[in-house]
Parts: sequence; C-alpha cells; structure tokens
Amino acid sequence: MRPFPPGIEEDAWLRLTKRARLDRRWATISLYAGIAIVAFIAGLSAAAPFLGLKDPTATDLMNALQPPSLAFPFGTDDLGRDIFARVVYAGRVDLVFGIVVTYVSLVIGLSIGAISGYFGGLIDTVIMRIVDLVISFPFIILILTIAAIVGPGLTGAYIGVIAVSWALYARLTRGEMLAIRRREFILNAETLGYSAPRVVFVHALPNLLRANLVFSMSDIVLNILTLAALSYLGLGVAPPTPEWGEMIAQGQKNLFNAWWISTLPGLVIVLAGIGFSLIGDGLADRLDESGR
Amino acid sequence: MIETPLLSVTSLHKSFAGRASLVGLLQGKPARRLTALDDVSLTLGRNEVLGIVGESGSGKSTIARCITRLEKPDRGEITFAGQDVWQARGAKLRGIRKDLQMIYQDPYGALNPRMSIGRAIAEPALVHGLIGKDGARALAYELLDRVGLPRSVAELTPRALSGGQRQRVAIARALALKPRVIIADEAVSALDASVQAQILNLFGELMRDLSLSMIFISHQLSVIAHLADRVAVMYLGRIVETGATADVFARPRHPYTAALLKAHPHLEARRSQTPALAGEIPSAYAIPEGCRFNTRCRYAETRCRLSDPPAAAFAHGHEAWCHVLPDLETHTDI
Repeated sequence: MRPFPPGIEEDAWLRLTKRARLDRRWATISLYAGIAIVAFIAGLSAAAPFLGLKDPTATDLMNALQPPSLAFPFGTDDLGRDIFARVVYAGRVDLVFGIVVTYVSLVIGLSIGAISGYFGGLIDTVIMRIVDLVISFPFIILILTIAAIVGPGLTGAYIGVIAVSWALYARLTRGEMLAIRRREFILNAETLGYSAPRVVFVHALPNLLRANLVFSMSDIVLNILTLAALSYLGLGVAPPTPEWGEMIAQGQKNLFNAWWISTLPGLVIVLAGIGFSLIGDGLADRLDESGR
Repeated sequence: MIETPLLSVTSLHKSFAGRASLVGLLQGKPARRLTALDDVSLTLGRNEVLGIVGESGSGKSTIARCITRLEKPDRGEITFAGQDVWQARGAKLRGIRKDLQMIYQDPYGALNPRMSIGRAIAEPALVHGLIGKDGARALAYELLDRVGLPRSVAELTPRALSGGQRQRVAIARALALKPRVIIADEAVSALDASVQAQILNLFGELMRDLSLSMIFISHQLSVIAHLADRVAVMYLGRIVETGATADVFARPRHPYTAALLKAHPHLEARRSQTPALAGEIPSAYAIPEGCRFNTRCRYAETRCRLSDPPAAAFAHGHEAWCHVLPDLETHTDI
C-alpha cells in the first residue's frame, strides 16, 4: 500500500495525487506549446531576410489596399506594402524590445527589491516610497515624459519603459524577500558568518526568482503593447520601420474598407501574448520545487 | 569548575515589543513588552554539554539567538573565549562566528532548497577560507562520512532527503567550520523517536571525537538526560534550577523541576494522585510578582508572592531559586 498522510481517506488521497499529476501534465503541455509559439514567431522574424519576402518598406501604389490573397498572405496597406513581410520584420523590433526591456527591468528590480526587503529600515522605506511614486503615477504619461526628454525613437522607448517597469519587480521581490527573510536557511547563512551580499544574492535570490520569472512572461507582452502605444502616439518607432503597434495605428483610417491592415498585426500580438503566457503558466508549475 | 568557562552569559535581559492595539495607541499607552529573558546567567565549559530545558515560551531559544547574534540583548554580556560577542568586529567577529555554530529545529527550513547538499556543506569552509575551491568535494565527502550519510547525497537537493537525513546534513555543515561550540535549538524535536535516538547518538560521538562543547536546548527531558552533563531549567525567562544533570534529575530542589519530571511520560504509565502541573504557563506580558512560579506552585507561601527567591546552593554547584525548598520526591528512572 502506498503511504498517504494521516487524516485523509485513501481514495481521497489517490484522487488528489491523480489531480496533481494531471495538473503537472497540463503544465508541461502548456510550457512546450508556449515555447513552440514563441519560437515560431521569433524564428520567422530572425530568418526574415532569408525567406524571400517582399521589401517591407517598398511602396507599390498599384497594389494598395489588396485583401489577403496568395500573392499577399496578409494583404497590403494603403501604400501597397506587403503586410505579411512587415509583420515578420516587425517581430525583430518588438520581440527584442519586449525581452530586453523586461529582463533589464527584472534584474534592476530584483536587486533593488532584494536589498530593500533584506535590510529593511530606512533603506527599505526610501526605496519603497520611490517604488510607490513610480507605480502610482499613470505609467504611460511617465514614459511619454521620459521619451519626450530623450527624444522620439526606440532609445527613448527603451529608457522610458525600463524606468517604470523595474518598480513592479522591486515590489514583488521585496515581498518575497520578507517572507523568506525569517526562514531558517537564511538565518543559518548569517550565523555561518556569510557576508550580507552572499546571503542576499547567493542564498536568497535564487529562491525569489520563480515569482519574478512567471510575472516577466506576461510583462513581455505588456511591454510590447506599450511600445505599440508609444509608436501609435508617434514616440516609438519612426514610421517607415515596421512595428506591430505602428501598423495597427496606420491601418486605423482604413479600418472599415481594409480590416486586414490593423487586424492581422493585432492577431500576431495576441498570438505572441498567448505564447508567452503559456510559458509563464508552465514555468510556474515547473519551478515550484522549493523545499517541501 | 575552576578553569574559566569557554562561553559565559551574564545577566542577560531581552524583551520584545508587543503589538500595540489601536485603542491603546490613541490613548497614548505604551506597547506592552514581552519579557523573554530576565537576568539569565550561565556558563559553558570546554567539552561540556549544557542542557537547557523548559516549556515553550520560557526563553530557551532566545538565549541561543542572542549568543549567535540573531537577536540583540537589551542588557547583559556574552563572552566567548574571552571576547565580548556583541562588541567584536571584523576578523574577531568572523572568528567567533566560525567557532559558534547553531543547529535548528526544522530540518526542512534550515537548508537552501536550491543548493546541492555537497555545496551547502562545503560553502561555509570556502567562505571562511579554510579550504580552496578544489578541496570542497573532499571536505563534503569527509563530512558526509562523519555524519553517516552516503557520499552520493552530495549531488542531491534537500528535497530528496528525509528529516533525519537533512538534520545530519545540517550537522555536517556546522562541523565544516571546525567550531568549538555547537548550539542545538530543539535539534531533534521535529524528528521521529527512532531517528531522534540516532541523531542523539551522533551528537554523542561527535562530542567525544571532536572535543566540542555544546548547548542543547530541548523541551524533552529524556533528550537532555541522555546528552547533557549539566542542565539549566528555565521558567518564564529565568533559570530556576541548575546543576549536574544526574543531581538535578535525581533530586530536584525546585518544585517546577519536580513537576516537569513528574509530567514526563513514562512507558509504564504510573498514575500519580496529584496533577504534575496545574494550569498554563502565565503570559510573558504579565510575569507574576515575587517568585514567577507561585501561581502554579503547590508549595507557594505568602513570601513567594512578595519577593524573588534567592539562590540556594547545594553540593556540586547544584543551585535552586526557591524560598520554600520543600522536600521533593526523588526520581531515578529518567
């Protein structure tokens, strides 16, 4: 007979473990499905120059506003540019932006949040008030201000979004740090005479990563959407360069007679979002092996 | 003991701020203080095992936490090998940290869940510069042998081990620094009885072979009786009786010690007519006036409610803090 905890009927316990196994299988499926989707989009974008696509910036007024067909899988826009080629090339800007911004923010926020939660006191108060300030401010306005100071273009978008999104990671990490701060292995690291940086970065941080990594997956999507919003407002990517948000914005004036210009890039954003979310879901389960 | 003790704690005081109620705060009342330690003194000699026993809430763990610098005492002195533990800085502090190692109750919480056993064991020695990077594996193996675990566990994470095995890993890690004192805070309380016996035997072997000193904190009298040379019985933040374990357990002088011994479950349940200990331990927020045990003591007299009892000394350094010192039942079978 398999051992099961006291106080639970055996069949209930078997049902529970069966349930856990099913959950675990779903998490694995979700992880690999997410990786497949993201890898597909990223692979296409990375290989864009070698796929024999049309020039994403070449205008061809003779073929303007063509609906999707074999020649133009996603149709053409009002300047006759091939939307499929533009969507694929745009992935290079958007995915790189989403991933770089998210992980730079994660590293900054993780370090600051860990220090804040570990040391507490005045350091904690000061850092957390700054975090509150950043989070409570309408973020798009803050990003707009920073982007406007740095100047329109991709650099401004990078700096602006990172300047805002580290704060969420800092708050998340601080909370997790407060929770493990009193765990015995952290106290033990202190009584073993380890230096504070060693306790924080070698012993505490690896145990704080899970929540951050899971959150980062949905954050990548949010950051791509933010870039889209910035481009829409004219502060992100300059017009001829293809970018998903900019394409949606451009298609807006023809939404009623050429739905594909805005809709198809939008669906690609949705697909990428689903891919990253599935990875996040799968990771949440996969990384849950702390202690117990 | 004539030689100077290795570790001595002198009139240690520690209290914690309680949570202030909102109403109290508005009325300007100060937050209540919880008294964890009230004038506690003890010493630990070389190659000696000192047992500290008492109910939960008696302040046992706070002593350990003050000695290992996890909790700063309000008043009092802790001296280790002639140095004040709380004054030490820099290299001296690192030396003290190396020499004083602590083992905790919860073998599941004491190890970093994301670090392999081998690395966890060797890391302290690496950090303190006792070994080089290339010596880590050899040291981990040596210590795993020492605590009776197979070398193959070095590659595993704590998740794969049982409670007893984890406690052995925690002991191996503490030994990596070649400490002079080990403080074990309820180190076997979370383990099954059979595993408990194995770990206690391991402690006994280590004491013999490595000439360690140890402070062993437990609420289990049998554990203390098994291991400790000397015992200090604590009640509500104060030591009420101390002496050689054999003396104290065979002939307790303080009614509290006698009650604890009586409350200890024996295999052959001998029913006694009087309950061993009536009622709950009083709140540490409101410690009784006079002798702090008077609210539960069968022998309490008027003076017990008025003044703190002085120390009464008996043979071989056996001391008890009691006014009455009633003639108590002797125990031989613990």
